[in-house]
Amino acid sequence: MKQLVRMFTAVFLVAFVLIYVTFQLNSTEGYSSGNTLSIYNWGDYIDPDLLKQFEQESGIKVIYQTFDSNEAMMTKIAQGGTTFDVAVPSEYAISKMKEENLLLPIDHSKLSNLKYINPRFLNLSFDKENQYSVPYFWGTVGIVYNPKLLGGKEITSWNDLWDGDLRNQILLVDGAREVIGMGLNSLHYSLNDTDEAHLQEAKNKLNALTPNVKAIVGDEIKMLLAGEEAAVGVVWSGDASEIMSENDELDYVIPEEGSNLWFDNMVIPKTAKNIEGAHEFINFMLDPEHAAQNAEYVGYSTPNEKALEYLPEEIAGDKRFYPDPSVTDKLEVYDNLGKRMLAHYNELFLEFKMYKN
Amino acid sequence: MQNKTRNLYLIPYVFWILLFVIAPILLILYYSFFDIEGQFTLGNYTDFFSPVYLTMTLSSFWYAFLITAFSLLIAYPTAYLLTKLKHKQLWLLLIILPSWINLLLKAYAFLGIFGTYGPANALLEVLGIGAKQILFTDFSFLFVSVYIFIPFMVLPIYNALEKLNPSLVDASRDLGASSWTTFRRVIFPLTLDGVKAGCQAVFIPALSLFMITRLIAGNRVITLGTAIEQHFLVTQDWGMGSTIAVFLIIAMAVFMIATGNRRRGI
Repeated sequence: MKQLVRMFTAVFLVAFVLIYVTFQLNSTEGYSSGNTLSIYNWGDYIDPDLLKQFEQESGIKVIYQTFDSNEAMMTKIAQGGTTFDVAVPSEYAISKMKEENLLLPIDHSKLSNLKYINPRFLNLSFDKENQYSVPYFWGTVGIVYNPKLLGGKEITSWNDLWDGDLRNQILLVDGAREVIGMGLNSLHYSLNDTDEAHLQEAKNKLNALTPNVKAIVGDEIKMLLAGEEAAVGVVWSGDASEIMSENDELDYVIPEEGSNLWFDNMVIPKTAKNIEGAHEFINFMLDPEHAAQNAEYVGYSTPNEKALEYLPEEIAGDKRFYPDPSVTDKLEVYDNLGKRMLAHYNELFLEFKMYKN
Repeated sequence: MQNKTRNLYLIPYVFWILLFVIAPILLILYYSFFDIEGQFTLGNYTDFFSPVYLTMTLSSFWYAFLITAFSLLIAYPTAYLLTKLKHKQLWLLLIILPSWINLLLKAYAFLGIFGTYGPANALLEVLGIGAKQILFTDFSFLFVSVYIFIPFMVLPIYNALEKLNPSLVDASRDLGASSWTTFRRVIFPLTLDGVKAGCQAVFIPALSLFMITRLIAGNRVITLGTAIEQHFLVTQDWGMGSTIAVFLIIAMAVFMIATGNRRRGI
């Protein structure tokens, strides 16, 4: 009993000392509880140095949290309870959040750097006039492959993945829309297709792919592909560029049947408390130099036209990650299919995962 | 008077149980009757009896059974050996030690160990067997799960073995029983409670494993836990997620009763 009391006292003592120290540290750096900004972003999706720089320049303390799917992010924001001042959802999530009144309008007069964004990425169907969102990054879904492990074979299309030589060589990203979309695209259907017959056809086609699929994984896919655990991976373009910077052998291709074109935009959710600070942060990220630094760190494509000038030519000139409008015109943006259809996509994805041949 | 104070002590306990055990279960039950658009429905239950979820249930049970069986096979001899050692507490500590490390961290470590170029394959190479795919197979899934659950199986069995009166074993040997008979007729029956407790501590969490199915099995093993995670985080179909949870709770209750201690009040 005595020992127990002693142990608990020790734990409490340590906790109190730590709380006191953090409090002291925060107040010496000029942060008070009122002056904070909560940012909710995808994992591994910002250069941490930029956050420090923002804190120094603005005197606002940043609380940074991450999510790994749009759905998880929306659930948390819809529930309320937690303050998020800035979030970075993808396009279909933005239109859904708009529908559910989860966003606050953005005051363009406070965003002096908005003019640097390429007009190609403004005024898009999911948010006309950019009332609620400002572009952060954009990219595609495609195939990363390792020609060395494939004996020099080249991959150009989704249908190449069904090749019998690729047995147990493919890693897929764990996303229902990406994988079902791949199935639909390989059959030349739209990846927003809701026709039941087409979806079943896509699922059957995907089932035929299972002997080639080694695993369906999350963020680990980057580490696994860079480590040559498998020769082929279906990934988002930014992940691809990150993997390729770690392993030069790899190449990235946007499949010729078409694929997904996506946008991640900054928004101010309804849970925001520091709306002024949120605008300040968004404007900070729109600054061409900051956008360039961020793009170089994260590896995704920046929509900031001026920032391209600050990027090295081998990044800004890389057609795989900055494809011409002629290529992106053939790609599709995800529509908000509605809860029921999304659930159906997930059900099909689950069936595909469980399929054993 | 004495009765009153006793009731007073009960208040925190009752509160705790109501708030954190009864209320969540009722909430799950309540949510399971709503579809994705918030309409009252029994559809989730009919969906559960579709081939997709039934196969998933079967495979969850099968894997949980295998995990429990292998854990028991390894843990019983280990616990037995532990009781015979000199520095019992130290050895026991060493077995418990890995459970202090975060589960995610351990899973990530196995990604490296079992990888194509990892130490496990290097060892196979040296032994002349040649590199094999270890990661993303049933084997790696079972291995890592067993590794994670073993401390929970060893502890109750160790405790049961420690409590066993050694004179009973001596008596059995004196009366001419072989060591196998002694084990089968004396030691094992007397430590059965520990085995049951260990099985409960392993089987029930194993039934709803989810993270390892993605990290180590690459989603090639799908358990009910994976489906619940999907429904709550991705599809936002809380109704279906809750329905699966209800079935898990029922399954666990059945398992608890089946392995429960029937000799009450000793």
